[in-house]
Amino acid sequence: MKIKLENICHTRSGDKGDTANIGLIALKPEYYPIIKKYVTEEKVKKHFEGICLGKVVRYEMPNLNALNFLLHNSLGGGGTVSLMNDAQGKTLGSALLRMEIEVEEQV
Amino acid sequence: MKNKIRIASGQGFWGDLQTAPMDQVSKGPIDYLMMDFLAEVTMSIMQKQKRRNSELGYAKDLVQIIEQILPICIEKNIKIITNGGGANPEGCRDAIFKCANKKGYKNLKIAAVHGDDILPNIDQLRKQGIPFTNLENGASFDSIGHKMLSANVYFGARPIVEALKQGAQIVITGRTTDTSLTYAPMIHEFGWSWEDWDKLAAGVVAGHILECGGQATGGNFSADWKSVPDLAHIGFPIAEAYPDGEFIVTKHENTGGLVSVDTITEQLMYEIGDPKNYITPDCVADFSSIKLEQVGNNRVRVFGVKGRPDTDTFKVSMAYADGYTAVSTLTFTWPDALEKAKKADEILRTRLADLGLHFDEIRTEFLGLNSCHGHLAPMPDKINEIVLRIGVRSHDHHAVERFGKEIAPLILTGPPSVTGFAGGRPKPSDVIAYWPSLIPKKDINPIVTVTSI
Repeated sequence: MKIKLENICHTRSGDKGDTANIGLIALKPEYYPIIKKYVTEEKVKKHFEGICLGKVVRYEMPNLNALNFLLHNSLGGGGTVSLMNDAQGKTLGSALLRMEIEVEEQV
Repeated sequence: MKNKIRIASGQGFWGDLQTAPMDQVSKGPIDYLMMDFLAEVTMSIMQKQKRRNSELGYAKDLVQIIEQILPICIEKNIKIITNGGGANPEGCRDAIFKCANKKGYKNLKIAAVHGDDILPNIDQLRKQGIPFTNLENGASFDSIGHKMLSANVYFGARPIVEALKQGAQIVITGRTTDTSLTYAPMIHEFGWSWEDWDKLAAGVVAGHILECGGQATGGNFSADWKSVPDLAHIGFPIAEAYPDGEFIVTKHENTGGLVSVDTITEQLMYEIGDPKNYITPDCVADFSSIKLEQVGNNRVRVFGVKGRPDTDTFKVSMAYADGYTAVSTLTFTWPDALEKAKKADEILRTRLADLGLHFDEIRTEFLGLNSCHGHLAPMPDKINEIVLRIGVRSHDHHAVERFGKEIAPLILTGPPSVTGFAGGRPKPSDVIAYWPSLIPKKDINPIVTVTSI
């Protein structure tokens, strides 16, 4: 079945220089294994094609039912260098919630 | 030794909610008020103010805030810890003393923590063999050395604990870490060892939760944000800390906002890198060890935090001048709003090219359409109106200034039904680029000066 991350997660995102971080948090503990299995670095890199120009690194935080993604080269240079409306990546979390994943499990 | 202390967050950044500090000291019991004022490029702005006037260079808001809350803080013996001293903690202290004198306070003890500013000694430190290589991209300091605006070492809790030990009621620091403002009082009150890594790490976690103010108590909350009560009167977070390193995050009764496992989790994820290696000057905290439990209405228990020994370096935050930017907007309406905005952009770019101006970047975004989510945002069927936002960046000040003069003419010489150009020509702003690096701890020491009236 297809699931939109919007329905099983919440997020918070921010910046460190030109790198954005997105914390992707499962709304229920039982959703954590699903996002851990399906929301991979490759999938996130492809989702943000043209937005994230560097690599995507994922860290697992099972204690908080969360994944932390670092999106390198994503903020137009970051800080006061960037000309972007969202130079701090504050809205990239909600952009990740647009992702759809195809899962085998019943959710 | 106290068996618990309550540390309250009063500001999450320079320019945060002005009523928050007063609410925190007046709406319920607290022992400490911490206020974070410094972001990565803030120091360079303050450094610039100090160059213009040697008495300035700190967060002026802070003096006004302290003027308001000082009577209550003295009456209730609430201690204030803040990094709002910025580039001039001693100047900030003197300004507070001036206010206190006017009101006739006696026996007020203020500590200034400084020594973090290494801008004057950079050449000497380089000769000693410290390369100041860029921590993010490995670039050599040689490329930017002459353009430096500020260079500050991130100190941890040690100088703040020293100030508290000397009896300071107010501790004004320069570039100390945001988190240290929260865990310094725990170390001071509970007598924690500097090698009790798990407890220090727990304090760091409390600091991370408190350092962004209302962002931990329901502000900017992405899960079910509509359910957060009374954001207009949001209560800022309070850490109720215990000697064993556990703490409870809460807020005052009868304030708005929400403290839940979900709100705290979101804040814990904010601007972190590798969760196992959250490096601070005093320890390395493991954010993958944090456990949360809802233990009451607006009460979340934080426990299980693990830490490891600190590294042998301090982080240094440097800023350097790197050209100029300007940004402007115009609003176009139906019909054909997007086509009009695109045509205006094309006309502007042609005119800038005709003028032979050089820009490092010209960026066009369409606000209301996809400026934030780019291609991930689906195209709507009908567009009622759209905001064209154009930004330029250049090392040529004249080019950026001239860009500002090309916006208004578009209204009478471009596509129709356009408005929203108010406030005059966009003026060039300085680009302040950020340069993070490291310095061995043995090569630098904080200075604590405690003064009383």
